[in-house]
Amino acid sequence: MAYSDKVLDHYENPRNVGSLDKADTHVGTGMVGAPACGDVMKLQIRVNDDGVIEDAKFKTYGCGSAIASSSLVTEWLKGKSLDQAMTIKNSDIAEELALPPVKIHCSVLAEDAIKAAIADLKQKQAA
Amino acid sequence: MTVKTPIYLDYSATTPVDKRVAEVMIPYLTEMYGNPASRSHSFGWEADDAVENAREQVAALVNCDPKEIVWTSGATESDNLAIKGAANFYSGKGKHIITVQTEHKAVMDPFRELERQGFEATYLEPETNGLVTLEKFKAAIRPDTILASVMLVNNEIGVIQDISGIGAICREHGIIFHVDAAQATGKVEIDLEKLPVDLMSFSAHKTYGPKGIGALYVRRKPRVRLEAQMHGGGHERGMRSGTLATHQIVGMGEAFRIAKEEMELENARIRRLRDRLLAGLKDIEEVYVNGDLKQRVPHNLNISFNYVEGESLIMAVKDIAVSSGSACTSASLEPSYVLRALGRSDELAHSSIRFSIGRYTTEEEIDYTIALMKSKITKLRELSPLWEMYKEGIDISKVEWAAH
Repeated sequence: MAYSDKVLDHYENPRNVGSLDKADTHVGTGMVGAPACGDVMKLQIRVNDDGVIEDAKFKTYGCGSAIASSSLVTEWLKGKSLDQAMTIKNSDIAEELALPPVKIHCSVLAEDAIKAAIADLKQKQAA
Repeated sequence: MTVKTPIYLDYSATTPVDKRVAEVMIPYLTEMYGNPASRSHSFGWEADDAVENAREQVAALVNCDPKEIVWTSGATESDNLAIKGAANFYSGKGKHIITVQTEHKAVMDPFRELERQGFEATYLEPETNGLVTLEKFKAAIRPDTILASVMLVNNEIGVIQDISGIGAICREHGIIFHVDAAQATGKVEIDLEKLPVDLMSFSAHKTYGPKGIGALYVRRKPRVRLEAQMHGGGHERGMRSGTLATHQIVGMGEAFRIAKEEMELENARIRRLRDRLLAGLKDIEEVYVNGDLKQRVPHNLNISFNYVEGESLIMAVKDIAVSSGSACTSASLEPSYVLRALGRSDELAHSSIRFSIGRYTTEEEIDYTIALMKSKITKLRELSPLWEMYKEGIDISKVEWAAH
């Protein structure tokens, strides 16, 4: 399968790989996918007191497109408010990375990971 | 150390044509181009001589009568002719057929087709080492069983089935026994005079011959009958019509001649390389060899690297040409059905790599491969949330994953 240059770039040089402290009340963690399906994405965001995303980290078990999709969204998330982050669509990710139809699910997973991380954060901050 | 990349370690997918083979093929394209079925002139006679000489070479490797060899376009066609041809011919005797869950698609799909035609099929589950036990095989037999098909060497994990034992049981019960030996020629000794096998499929391109040519062994004593699947000029004693591809056939003959001559030395050399590869990889944490290591051809090493996804691994190691249990059925994202039949978890099936070593593999290439695998596995595990969880002591199998 031929990967686009952007997928290859993110895959070869993934941005923001790592973990944030999941106990921190400013950190939201989203874990989506399943090993059985061949993809698991863990996306973490840290917001400041103004609700702006200061940092984002990921770890992904999956194909090159899954790794690239999650790497890309960590770049996009930084500096965004939570509301802005919620507007990131899988189609934006797929378009930016020129994902073939068979890899669209990777971008869907990345969108799900953003939503899951934000939901986790809101739940923590409400508690 | 300079190694030319990419390194080819996918000899079970196909092999290069040996230069000696290519050389003997060429004159049959440009000079001796006669139709072997032409009886009225010397062009036909010389082509026919070449075809019969190749038939003897193929028969010599597997110790059978050349009259028992039928040319086909490859192992897929041989499997189809054997399975559908025998099942249809003997359908008056019964409707039950037996095979194994780890067979190649070229056996599985004809079985599915026969099921659509009204046959009943049993797909035996192998043990976790990939082998079928004689007890389990015997237990699957019914009074109306007419045909069984079990491969000699598995294409994904390289394990060698007990064809002799299974064949003996088939004889006892009057069951026609077909064996797919596409991955076996030149790797394990095949003696059809001793083996209780009725039909055996061969391919040229897995044994340094050209693609597009294969053969089916059809036993004469006791005689096995087939219903032809290809009708036409009545070539190959009516079993497979179509003008014979002389140059391809000559290539297969030469490839099998070389295999017979060089098999012993070559296998010893390849075994040393495979053991070197295994020794280099087994120190990595959380690696699992798929399939029995003893009952296995030396050419194959199939390993799962836990917590690393196969497709990304293949992408990381693009300097080596290998195949993945995750992507082996081409476009499909399903994990290997062969590894699943061994009871491997989806994760391990997704994380598997098949290395297959061959005639032109060098020690330098193996060492390069080991170093590359080690560095890329480390890199991908740093990226893997599953590896992180494993290191934190979390049992991944107990986590409830959101389905997607």
